[in-house]
Order: sequence, then C-alpha cells, then structure tokens
Amino acid sequence: MTDRWPRGLPARLPVLWPAAMLLLFFVVPFGIMLAVSFFHQVEGGFYEPGFELANYARFLDPFFGRALLFSLWISVLAAVIVIAVAFPFTYCLTRLRRRAQIPFLVFVLAVLSLSEVIIGFAWSTLLSRTAGLSNLVAWAGLIPRAQAWTPSFGALLMGLCYLGFPYTVLILFPPLSRLDPEIPEASRTLGASPLRTFFLVIVPVLRAPLLGALIMVFVFNLGAYLLPQVLGRPQHWTLSVHISDQAVFQSNLPFAAAMAIFLMLFSLAFIGLTMVLGGRKEAAR
Amino acid sequence: MSGLRIDHVGKTFGMFEALKDIDLDFPDGRFICLLGPSGCGKTTLLRVIAGLETPTTGRILLDGVDITAVPAHRRGLGMVFQSLALFPHLSVGENIAYGLRIRGADLATRRRKAEELLALVHLPGVADRPISQLSGGQRQRVAIARALALDPKLFLLDEPLSALDAKLREAMQVELKLLQQRLGISTIVVTHDQREALTMADIVVVMDHARVQQVGPPLEIYRNPVNAFVADFIGTSNLLPGVAEGQDTLSIDGIQVAGARPHGLARGSKAAISIRPEEVVVHPAGEQGPNRLPAEVTFVRDLGASVEIMLACARRELLAVTSPRERPDVRVGDRVVLELPPAACVVLPS
Amino acid sequence: MNRSLRNLFMGLVVLFMALPLLVVAGVSLNGGQQLRFPPRDPSPRWYAELFMAEDWLNALANSLVIATSSAALALAIAFPLAWFVWRYHTGYGRLLYGLGIAPFTLPPVITALGFLVFWTVAGWHGSILATIVSHAIFFVTLPLVTISLGLAAIDRQVIEAATTMGADEPTVFRTIVLPLVRPYLISGYAFAFVLSLNEYIVAYMVAGFTVETLPIKIFNSLRYGYTPVMAVVAVVFVLLAVLIFGLIARFGDLPRLLGAWSKE
Repeated sequence: MTDRWPRGLPARLPVLWPAAMLLLFFVVPFGIMLAVSFFHQVEGGFYEPGFELANYARFLDPFFGRALLFSLWISVLAAVIVIAVAFPFTYCLTRLRRRAQIPFLVFVLAVLSLSEVIIGFAWSTLLSRTAGLSNLVAWAGLIPRAQAWTPSFGALLMGLCYLGFPYTVLILFPPLSRLDPEIPEASRTLGASPLRTFFLVIVPVLRAPLLGALIMVFVFNLGAYLLPQVLGRPQHWTLSVHISDQAVFQSNLPFAAAMAIFLMLFSLAFIGLTMVLGGRKEAAR
Repeated sequence: MSGLRIDHVGKTFGMFEALKDIDLDFPDGRFICLLGPSGCGKTTLLRVIAGLETPTTGRILLDGVDITAVPAHRRGLGMVFQSLALFPHLSVGENIAYGLRIRGADLATRRRKAEELLALVHLPGVADRPISQLSGGQRQRVAIARALALDPKLFLLDEPLSALDAKLREAMQVELKLLQQRLGISTIVVTHDQREALTMADIVVVMDHARVQQVGPPLEIYRNPVNAFVADFIGTSNLLPGVAEGQDTLSIDGIQVAGARPHGLARGSKAAISIRPEEVVVHPAGEQGPNRLPAEVTFVRDLGASVEIMLACARRELLAVTSPRERPDVRVGDRVVLELPPAACVVLPS
Repeated sequence: MNRSLRNLFMGLVVLFMALPLLVVAGVSLNGGQQLRFPPRDPSPRWYAELFMAEDWLNALANSLVIATSSAALALAIAFPLAWFVWRYHTGYGRLLYGLGIAPFTLPPVITALGFLVFWTVAGWHGSILATIVSHAIFFVTLPLVTISLGLAAIDRQVIEAATTMGADEPTVFRTIVLPLVRPYLISGYAFAFVLSLNEYIVAYMVAGFTVETLPIKIFNSLRYGYTPVMAVVAVVFVLLAVLIFGLIARFGDLPRLLGAWSKE
C-alpha cells in the first residue's frame, strides 16, 4: 500500500470506467457541440456539416449584444446584492455553535436544491395579485388595490437573488468557518466595536474568498434560465434563455452552439480568474 | 543467525536523503530505541523495517532471511503508530482481533485472544466498547494489545507515547519496559525523548542527519558520547572548547584540563570537553588543585529536589547541578572555582 | 456583532428565504382551482390530485426513476475515480477529477445543449435512458466531492496499520476503506438524488417532449395557467429535501461535509 503510482493494468482498472464515461458523455458532447457551432444552418430547422464562422459573426448583431449586456448587468447586480447579504449572514452562521448551525444548513441546502421552476413559481405567486404580498400592502393601506408585481425587472432581480443566496452561503461557508475565532477577538480586545471589527478586520482578511465568491455567483447567475421566462418580460431574457430558445424553438442549433461555446469560454475565463486569485493567496501564505 | 540485521540501508525521497548507509545488528529479545531530533530519519528507518517503505539501497534480514522485498502485510510484524491508528468503525475487541479475523479465525478464538491481550495491558472488560469512549491512555493500551495480537517476531512502535500527558507518559514507559521483559519480544521504539530512551532501552541508537551517530547501552552513551551532537542530545551537557595538548589533556584559556582517556588528537588541534552538570563541583574562590577553572555565578535556581547553578566560565554558559544538601553557599555575582573531575571529562574532537 | 442585532438580521434573512415557500404552502391548501393566499376553503384535495391524477403521477414516477438511477450511476462513476485519485498521484487522475467537477461549475444550459446535440447524433434523443445518463454525468460532481472528502478524512496510518496486520490491498479496501467512506457514499447519493429530482434544463433538452419529469410538467403547466397542484409539488419537494438533508445531518457531520474543519 506504499506505492503512490499505479503499477500495471489491474491497478489502473478502477479508473478506466469513470474515464470512459466522462470522455464519452461529457468530452464528446462538447466536441460535437463545438463542431456544430461551425456548421451551416439551413432554412427549416436543419443544418449541414461545414465550416463557417457565420454563427459567430451573428455576435455582432445588436440583438446578441443587447442580450449579452443585459445578462451581464443583471448577473453582476444580483451577485453584488447576494454577497452583501450572504456574507454577513454566513459570518453570523459560522459564529454559532456547531449544533445550532445544522438547522440553518439543512434549510439552505433544501432551498439550494429547489428547482428553478419551483422558485419561479413560488415568486410569481408571492408577487401575484391574488395571493401575493401586494394584498398585505393594500390591506395596510399603502396602495389602493392589490396589483401584480410580476413580470418585471424587479421581480427577476429578486428571484435571481433568491436563487443565488443558498449557493453563495455554501461557497462562503468553508473560508468563514475556518476563520480563526481569535482574529475577531483580538480586534475586540483592541477596542473595535463588533460592526467595526466586521468591516475593518473580517472583510479585508477574507478579501480573496469574497472576490472568488462574487465571481462564482456571477457565473451561477449567468446560468439562470427559467426565472427570466417566468418573472421577466421578453426583453429580460438572458443569454441562457436565448441559447435554449434558439436550440429548441428556433431550431437553429449551430447558432445556439456558438452562443454556448461563447458562454462557456466566458465562464471558464472567470472561473480561471478565481483560481488565480485563490492560488495567489495560497502562495502568499 | 537470529535477530534483525539492517545491511547498509539507504533511502532517498526524490532529492532528499532520509537514510544514509545505515548498518546495524540487533540480537533477539532486546529493547531498542531509535533516538534523534525530528527529521533525523528514525521514523523512516522504522518504516523500512516494517515494510511500509522500500529502501533505495541495502537489505533487511530477519533471522538470516532477506525480507527486503516482502510486502508489509506478509512480514508478520506488530506496529504501534504515532496517531495510534485505531480503526474508528470497530470496537476495541474487533480492533485487537482484526489481524486474526482476516486470517479467518473464528469468533470464539478472536474473542478469547482479545480478552487475553486486554488483560495483558491491564485493561480488562472493555472489548465491546467503541474506540471513541476510551481515554488517551486506554487507546494507547489498545494499540499495544492490537500490535501484539499476532505474536509478532518484531514489535515496532513509532513515537507511541507522544500524545499522552507527561505523567501518564512516564508511567507507560515503565509499563512498556516491564511488558517487553515479560514477553521477551524484540522491540524497536522510535522516540525523540531522551528520557524515554534511557528509561526503556537496552540499546540506544542515536541518529542525526540520516546517519547513525552512536549505538550502545544508554549509560554508556550518556557517559561516553562520541561527539558533540550525542553529548548535547542525551541529557544536558556542558561543552568547553579548547586546544589539544598532552596525551589526555586540553588547554582551555591556558589552563590544563585532563580527560578520562587519551584523546589521540594532534597537538594544537581544536577539541572540546564535555561534562555533565551533576559532575561539576563548585568551590569557593581561591581553592587550589588540578582540573579547576575560575567562574562567576550568573543565576541560581532552587528547584527543591535539586539546585541548578548557572555559571560563566571561559566565555561560555555552564550548568552545575547539586542536591540541596550539598548546595554551596553562593549568590549571583560570586566568583567561584569549578572542579571538573578527570573521570567525568570526555574529550571530543570539534 | 451584538447578539440581538445578529439574531434579528439572521431572522429577517431566513424569513425572506422562507416567505415564498410559506405562501406556496398556503396556496397548496386552496379548496378551489384558483391560487389564493390566504387559502379559501382549505382542503388537502390537491395533494390527493398529485398522487391520483394520471399525468402528475406519471411525471412523479419519471422523476423518481430518473433520480434514483442517475444518482446510482453518478455514484458508480464517482467512487472509483475518487478512490483512484486518493490512492495514487497521477496527472491523468487529477485531470479526470477536474473533468468531473466541470459540469457543475459551468452554466447548466451549456452542458444541456451538449447533451442535446450528442443524443441527437447518437439517436437516443427523447429516451429516458439518455436523461438518466445525462443526469448522472451532470451531477457526478456531488458524490465525487463528498467521497473525496470522506477519503481524505481517513488517517493514512490506519491503512498502514491494517497492512502490518496482514491485510492486502483488497482486504484493506473491504474492511477499512469501505466502512469508513460509507456515510459519504450515502450523502453523495442523496445530494445527487435531490438535485436530479429538481433538475429542469438538462431533462428538458434531452427528452423534454417525451419524458416529462415533475419540473418539466410544472413549467409546461405554467404556460396554461396555475393550479394548486404545482404548489403541492413545491411543498413535497421542500419537505423531501429537508428530510433528506436532515437525515444526512443526523447521521453525518454536515458542517464538515460543507467544508468546515472536522470536529477534532
């Protein structure tokens, strides 16, 4: 049991099966998708093999530019809001006793696992005229009559924040729960109030994981696909929605594939950025 | 040929040399301590013996049979690990009987053997408890019992007592030694604690920088260290540098100091005298006689059971230890004369 | 932070997170067809509907078949890979590990589209098997990460101790490694199961028009008007997730599973 390198075929046998599965069902599909993105789109929902950059050239359309800019804008906005709430929340959570953390973690996991469909449905109900919050507001006399608050930009933003919140808590949980409790304590004994300690000590100490989490949530938001359709208007459709729309309803697979490749490279670049940030922090230790 | 032979063993990890040409012979039934600072290679040597590491060069022979290529699981040795490595998912009894179970022993045999071994380590009646319910000292005993379950030819222990508090550790050292004597089993313990080595060992192997520095019975090593490292590592030692003069003398600041034995060094070559603190005798200033050096008291520690006097002598810090009954009447700043009895002075080449 | 301020803050956040779920739970109890809150003529009739109406029951069955088998397949792919990477240091092992992490970090629509073109080319588009395999690959990350955490928690000296007592590699695996990672296998399976149950876009793109899962069924129904059955599904899913993660927390170390240091 001491050798750290596999010797002979029997030792390598266990890795062959996962390797085959991942290559066949993950790498190959990506390869095909990459190929399709260069194919030629034929009227009527078909495509034929070929090599052209026409699908990528469509990125220059104002249509694509608008969708991309809107996706980036709402993803960044939701990521910033979510981090601003989830970071102090996770910090408070990790300062609780371990047993007391568990119900919160179970709740966060349960919400995280919820389908985007269900979250979209729940929010559209909550913001609806008949069953929503506006009834409460109307009852309190703040507005004359209950009204529908969805679909709207605000509803979509709210939904995205809701979707991203549990994910963010889970990303921030490891670095925050590993934070040495003596660091805030030291700051307290030096006379800083809890709030000052949080902003002057905790936030700077965890700058790198915080930035990493921001990027991860941003990429996560880019992937939101159902909420824009349920809570937003057509002008609120994100790139993810357009990709599936092109693939399924417009039957333009080559263009959908080209957009997916673009979105993937874009996401990978940002994920790579978080790794570089994380790596530099490791090196500095 | 009975016993363990380590035949010119070397081990490298990439660029790092963990063992350099280790050549040792251990007769059967001895208690051996591998002693040295961390990183000296002692644990690697033990792991090579256990078969957990393969030596880069050299051979391991047990009772005359070359076992270098025998994998660990066929060597039939018992080993206690630094972390104890008890199986967290098994009960105490199942831990002890693990080796018997994979050899296909039936439940009754396993049960009987576990009880027997628990009695041997003075921990009866806990066979059905989970490991998590035991204290640190009890886990220690279970690990020892488990390693002995297969009647091994060699009993190996890697820093076995390091997790225990000081008091329990001392008690376990005595107990381990008594157990070994009762069973007569060849035992090798790795430790960085020289007190532990002196308490338990028949033979101490002092290691440093991947090499064996000295091998011998504990008292022999204590009294006659072969170099400054051994002198310093085993117990506390005073080292006074000087220049070789006569057959057995050294000149320290122009004063002749005689050692116990001829040192065989060339006249004028650099050397040092090593002397144990309890051998240094403190006299009032003005005392005359051979092997005496002037000194000044810098600090006195009355520790109850002993008195430690720190001194400045020949531009060095020196320590003298006496019993309270023989305490000289000295205070900080007093000038004194130190007597270094020739029999206690070991001359070491520098 | 000051204790009462902290409790207030955490309470508000939890309330915000729970609010849509509470409204949905209320809506699910409506006696009539309409979604009203507070519910009118409270009745559990829509709960019966989920388990009686053939179309909903069919979607439920599809979802369960896909979730149970894809989680099992994900586990079967993840376990040998996690073990291999833990046991040996090889470049290709780590590369495969990275590949196993990838599906979960990219926006899901990308992976979904990859599956769509792949299954179309392979001729299995629209088959439930394709959905199962796709979900297994898509969620392989979860068991991979939990099992790796479990393996990393095993003290190497424990393995060596078993070796010195005469255990060869298969015996060590059977008697030490397997029992020690079992809780992590179970939680890895549970994570993959719950997420597969809730997954929409991959299932939709791979076989959305032939194999209707619960999320697909809800989304399709959304277009034709809301019914309280959707709220019932949401409530059932939330309860199921709370139950499963609660069980993991009860029998395992949930904070450690999520990245805190282990207790000792």
